[in-house]
Amino acid sequence: MQMARVIGDVVATMKDANLASHKLLMLQPILPDKQPVGRPLVALDCVSAGVGEYVFFVRGREASFPFLPAEPPTDACVVGIIDSWAV
Amino acid sequence: MILARVVGTVVATRKDERLVASKLLVARPLDPSGKPDGNYLVAIDTVDAGFGETVLIVSGSSARMAAGLKDCPVDAAIVGIVDTIDTPADSPKK
Amino acid sequence: MLIGRVIGPLVSTVKHKKLHGAKLLLVQPLSLDGQPKGVPVLTIDSVGAGVGEKVLYLIEGKAAQDALGRKAAPVDAAIMGIVDAVDLPGGAR
Repeated sequence: MQMARVIGDVVATMKDANLASHKLLMLQPILPDKQPVGRPLVALDCVSAGVGEYVFFVRGREASFPFLPAEPPTDACVVGIIDSWAV
Repeated sequence: MILARVVGTVVATRKDERLVASKLLVARPLDPSGKPDGNYLVAIDTVDAGFGETVLIVSGSSARMAAGLKDCPVDAAIVGIVDTIDTPADSPKK
Repeated sequence: MLIGRVIGPLVSTVKHKKLHGAKLLLVQPLSLDGQPKGVPVLTIDSVGAGVGEKVLYLIEGKAAQDALGRKAAPVDAAIMGIVDAVDLPGGAR
């Protein structure tokens, strides 16, 4: 899993039927010092995160697990909102 | 599967109980000419490999299909010791 | 599996229900000579690791779910062991 900041919402009307009614978030992965790292990406959301929040997300096949038994075609999903971290 | 050379061992007393008694080796992936690339990984040894040997490593969820690793939390397992690598054309051996 | 160092805990109240109760630790990947290398990852800890300890962690979904003890949990990284020693007879290079 990796830390990220939610930098936007993504709206897509035409999308895979299994993605219908799912919220899409634009994420910027970050380092523990809050510096951006790597490219922004689009992820599904299962915890109702909002723009500006720090979150953690999971990559890969596991990204579709929060929606079981449905299996939306995604490779990234926000699975938690971060309260705090200490480094 | 990838080719790698065993470059060391890892000792971990406290670990997941399903890994107790497993041998952990540090391996460096090799290109077909036998040159190590920059990375390394730690793999469970299932074939009694030793230091300096060239081995076959299976990674990802398939690592659990190696002998004795069913349902173990592992993502890399050494499943063979390489005798020779025969690459026709001009690439050097092993 | 890879070797890393625990750099800190992370607290999250709102998270997927399969992650409730899970201990989350940030791990800085290390190179073989012990230097930080790459981007820190957020892992599930199943062995009771502490900040500053050198750990063995993996990045693979099914194995991380096994570490957490929950099937079909949305996790992809877990700490599997605490490293006592790394022996490299030929050196790190």
